[in-house]
Amino acid sequence: MFEELRDYSVFVLRALRETLLGDWRYFAWMTALAVVSLLGLNAYAKQLAYGLVTTGMSSEVSWGLYIANFTFLVGMAAAAVMLVIPAYVYGDHDLHDVVILGELLAVAVIVMCLLFVTVDLGRPDRFTHIIPGIGKFNWPMSMLSWDVIVLNGYLALNAHICGYLIYCEYKGTKPTRLFYIPFVFVAIFWAISIHTVTAFLYVGLGGRPYWNSAIIAPRFLASAFTAGPGFIIIALQVIRRFTDYKVKDAVLLKLRMIVQVSMIINVFLLFCELFKEFYTDSAHVASAKYLFFGLHGYNGLVPWIWTAMALNTVALGLLMLPASKSLKYLDLACALSIIGIWIEKGMGLIIPAFIPTPVGDIVEYNPTLNEWLVCAGIWAFGMLLYTVFLKITIPVLTGRLRRESGAGWKLSPILGSNPVGE
Amino acid sequence: MSISDESPPERPELPDSRTVSRSTFLQAGLAALGAVGATAAALEPLKKVDDYPSFEEFFQKHYKELSKEEMAAVLERTRVRVKKKFGVDATVGDPKPIEGVEFAYALNIGRCVGCRKCVYACMKENNQSREPQVQYIRVLKMKKGSINVESSQHLYEDETVPTKDHYYMPVQCHQCRKAPCVKACPVQATWQEPDGIIAIDYDWCIGCRYCMAACPYGARVFNFAEPKIKPEEINTNMSYLGNRPKKKGVVEKCHFCMQRTRKGQYPACVEVCPTGSRKFGNILDPESEISKILETKRVYILKEEVGTLPRFYYYFDV
Repeated sequence: MFEELRDYSVFVLRALRETLLGDWRYFAWMTALAVVSLLGLNAYAKQLAYGLVTTGMSSEVSWGLYIANFTFLVGMAAAAVMLVIPAYVYGDHDLHDVVILGELLAVAVIVMCLLFVTVDLGRPDRFTHIIPGIGKFNWPMSMLSWDVIVLNGYLALNAHICGYLIYCEYKGTKPTRLFYIPFVFVAIFWAISIHTVTAFLYVGLGGRPYWNSAIIAPRFLASAFTAGPGFIIIALQVIRRFTDYKVKDAVLLKLRMIVQVSMIINVFLLFCELFKEFYTDSAHVASAKYLFFGLHGYNGLVPWIWTAMALNTVALGLLMLPASKSLKYLDLACALSIIGIWIEKGMGLIIPAFIPTPVGDIVEYNPTLNEWLVCAGIWAFGMLLYTVFLKITIPVLTGRLRRESGAGWKLSPILGSNPVGE
Repeated sequence: MSISDESPPERPELPDSRTVSRSTFLQAGLAALGAVGATAAALEPLKKVDDYPSFEEFFQKHYKELSKEEMAAVLERTRVRVKKKFGVDATVGDPKPIEGVEFAYALNIGRCVGCRKCVYACMKENNQSREPQVQYIRVLKMKKGSINVESSQHLYEDETVPTKDHYYMPVQCHQCRKAPCVKACPVQATWQEPDGIIAIDYDWCIGCRYCMAACPYGARVFNFAEPKIKPEEINTNMSYLGNRPKKKGVVEKCHFCMQRTRKGQYPACVEVCPTGSRKFGNILDPESEISKILETKRVYILKEEVGTLPRFYYYFDV
């Protein structure tokens, strides 16, 4: 037990040391991220001091960029499952190699999700009220209480799986299947649940016809499975370029297939929704009309959504063409679809539900600079976390960071009565 | 053998590992120092936060879990806070629902002229923020020939009311029997009282605003900034679940003036209405005015299709 603990703390120390090593590009990247994170922290401190009046939200449009980013990121987090399913269920060896990088992304992104929810709270000092057992949890009635459970559960599951596998690899021992396989399979269903629950958060509101549509949950899944693996493709290419970890082309091309199919489904489901809204042309079309064409002279979201439409269309075209088998175009297609989906699922899904209000007012929403800074800060912090995770994991995967090769292995136990290894 | 006796093993991958690590740790130390300094600078605006919760406030229980003594302490704390912030001596009570009473509200859309006297009487009675203005009642200016709120106007600025070809429909919390806001709240900070009022524990609300997204009537408002009220405009007759001044970051809404109605008075909006369009009473009493109106008039329920079963009705005389 004591040795295990000591071994583990040596691992943690060596892992931390690993994050302090790197060339100038690594330090430039980390410094940039740290600076943006701090700018965000500063903006959030201002928000704490003056209240949410520092944002562009109002009693009419009561959710904005924070919840929009949250929604998008829940999707990104769940996307790790698109690597896990082929790797573990179908035994795909190529994807098995990179699955842990996807799960690490999930961990970083869930942390971002939790941060985005926290910054949206009017009274973050009362966070204990939402802790099951300590506060007064409205479970199972409130969908938000479900979200608290599924998000934190997903974070714990992925943190456990990644931590356990990486540590085993570091020790050079074979992971005990019982300690991770059940969790991997639970995490598959859990990933679907974080999406579904987050979609139900919106779908369950009868007073907001724009959200009150059964297709929202499937749309969430489809767009997540586009943007998430798309992000992983880009991350893998960065890893391939800047580290000595080999990522096979086959992996990227398999991911391309996933992104391709998801994007087709995503665009199809969007089309279904638009048909329902505009062909029916009932009073409930007002929000969709505001989003796409503007309503009574108000058209704040129109440029956003058409940008998203254009990006998604180009991305879809690229993904369908053989051109995207070349990695340059694949990167472009992924980047375009990530931005397109970020707009469509963020600004495009959250804001119009509030415009017009349930009693017919039109109050537009313009995020403030402070709000943008908080968002940028959380994104930078998330990327910082992911970089740190990769910086630790990749030397372990390539075999450079191993227990045998480090000082920790050779240490004799202090009491001397229980020699290791010799 | 002590740990320091061991020499670090050779690391062929990083031949200069020892020198690298020494200078790296020095650099890391400097970087850490810089990071701490930068973080402290980033957190500088926190100096302006003036509503950090006290120890008692942080550990204050949910309204329904407070014992009698704890409730008394909470009320006293609220009184002291009001005194400190506004310099006013207020009485803060916690009037309970009256046995055998269920409140309901009826509004005569045929008579309302859209003068918005109710809006301001409400704000005064309930100690809402004046800067920025927080209002519980929205008076909608409706085009004759339609009862669709989606084509209404709320921020009309006519010199005189009513204007030709329009009628008016005030909207406030409908105190729904199947309230979506109660279902939505993740921390049970809002619930239905036995007399039908949907109450909020303003000291428990975490400000997530999910209830606002859930409300089909746009009845809930949020304190985006610290509420500002002139001390001379404070209504000193306060109740815990009712009209005490709020802190920033919490949601509030109409609560049928419970500090008045639970003592047998009418809500402020009913009292101020110059046209007598607003009616209020106990629907469990078959002889009450409200029961008679619901029985004999043509009654309309706003957004009946969302199925929230409001305790707020609109009616027509003719």
